[in-house]
Amino acid sequence: MSWIDAVVHGVLLGGQYALLATGLSLMFGVMRIINLAHGSIALVGAYMTFLVVEHVGISPYVALVVVIPGALVVGYILQRTVLERSLRAGDLVPLLTTFGLLIVIANLLQYFFSPDVRGLSSGGIGTANLQITSTLTVAWFDVLVLGIAVALLGGLDLLLHHTQLGRELRATAADPDTAELVGVNARAVYAQATAIAVGTAALAGVFYAMRSNFDPTSGPTELIYAFEAVVIGGIGSLWGTLVGGIVLGVAQTVGAQINVQYFALAGHVVFLSVLIFRAVRAAGGVRVLRRAMS
Amino acid sequence: MSRPLLTVERLEARHGLLQAVRDVSLEIDDGETLALVGANGAGKTTLLRTIAGAHQPSGGRVVFDGEDVTWAPAYRRARMGIALVPEGRKLFPDLTVEENLRVATAARRPGRWDVDEVLEVFPLLQPLRRRHAASISGGEQQATAIGRALMANPRILLLDEVSLGLAPVVVEGLYRSLAGLSEAGVTIVLVEQDLSRAMAVASRVVCMLEGRLVLEGAAGELTREQVTEAYFGLAAGGAR
Repeated sequence: MSWIDAVVHGVLLGGQYALLATGLSLMFGVMRIINLAHGSIALVGAYMTFLVVEHVGISPYVALVVVIPGALVVGYILQRTVLERSLRAGDLVPLLTTFGLLIVIANLLQYFFSPDVRGLSSGGIGTANLQITSTLTVAWFDVLVLGIAVALLGGLDLLLHHTQLGRELRATAADPDTAELVGVNARAVYAQATAIAVGTAALAGVFYAMRSNFDPTSGPTELIYAFEAVVIGGIGSLWGTLVGGIVLGVAQTVGAQINVQYFALAGHVVFLSVLIFRAVRAAGGVRVLRRAMS
Repeated sequence: MSRPLLTVERLEARHGLLQAVRDVSLEIDDGETLALVGANGAGKTTLLRTIAGAHQPSGGRVVFDGEDVTWAPAYRRARMGIALVPEGRKLFPDLTVEENLRVATAARRPGRWDVDEVLEVFPLLQPLRRRHAASISGGEQQATAIGRALMANPRILLLDEVSLGLAPVVVEGLYRSLAGLSEAGVTIVLVEQDLSRAMAVASRVVCMLEGRLVLEGAAGELTREQVTEAYFGLAAGGAR
């Protein structure tokens, strides 16, 4: 595999990470909730799809027709019952609540599905390749996932900027008290935001599960990638999330090109570098730091 | 005489240990313009915010159009027709002027007021429709904030210091618009530092001092001296 191949595959892999990160970014942008259970929720989406596929015997793509609406409802209920209460208790409580949720989900999955490793078939498109040049081949599945990520982010962008719900979401994100004064039911808006976030998480989880096997403890791995994509892309920015996912994907595939073992490491290094760069800039730049240390 | 549009009964409100509103009772009739005056810290803003549902009372009742709304959330009151133009305008900075207006259709009160109607009353906003609210001047922001409140087609409009920090010529324009609203039948409660201006537009004036109502009367019947004395707490015993 050449360097160009590595970059192309990294960009495509970035689509998967952006898809995973979208819901995380949305929930943080609107409610300032860092949802540590985001990866676990994605994993539940994969398990639910697995369940439908096993029992009804349909393709995972068709199963999404049931799983996604289910995820939207679960997201709405999750906000109204659990997250809404924890939001009222202060900034740190939602972090603890979602951490608890992460553990509860892992244990429930273990209880109902056993610790066995599972997989979801990606169907015919999962093995089909697109020959671009004589040396460069990409998987149609990767193209599909990147396409879905772009379409999802584009759809969310349209929703946020061209609908009443979008205006209410942005107004509530900026100032929930004033939003209420102009007639916005902030709690209902939050619940709709969480519904969308959980729906996109489930979608991302299903595609992630088609790519790699999963077991009840896979949630945190998916969370890490989503989290890194959000941070690299700039917190609270939807299109930044796509950029963040792609940067992460490219870092990983280019890292693997140097040495196969560097795949995950290279992604983490880029993520840390971005964090350090931001921290230094927020502190007033390198010169200020140097002066402070001398 | 029909029942008042808004009744405030023995209302109490506090900020932590500080009692901001003490035993305030007030009736506001449909269509009137009431000026609420008083020194800084007299409790005017807290009273308006408690009526609108942005602040929880510690005692008493708020009745709007015959319904007890004391514990109703702010968005429900907005949907019933109570609109507050908050102190400091509180626009949504990342939304455009037009989006700031449109957000208030969340109150689900269709009526005379829509974006076109607001832009007609505040023509200065016309060229700014697509500008972000954070990037326009104070007077333009104030017009947007009032327009946003009007988009809910309120039955009562609570205005908290709308002229604060604005150039006199802008204030002049705002008050002309308010007079037009009043003629259109909107009930207005106005918090205003400028006594003569308040007394000129209002049909009734109430004065607050240290959380209490200390003076109440028809604008035409009160003298400037009476109001000034109540304002600074000089009225011996006063109308407490």
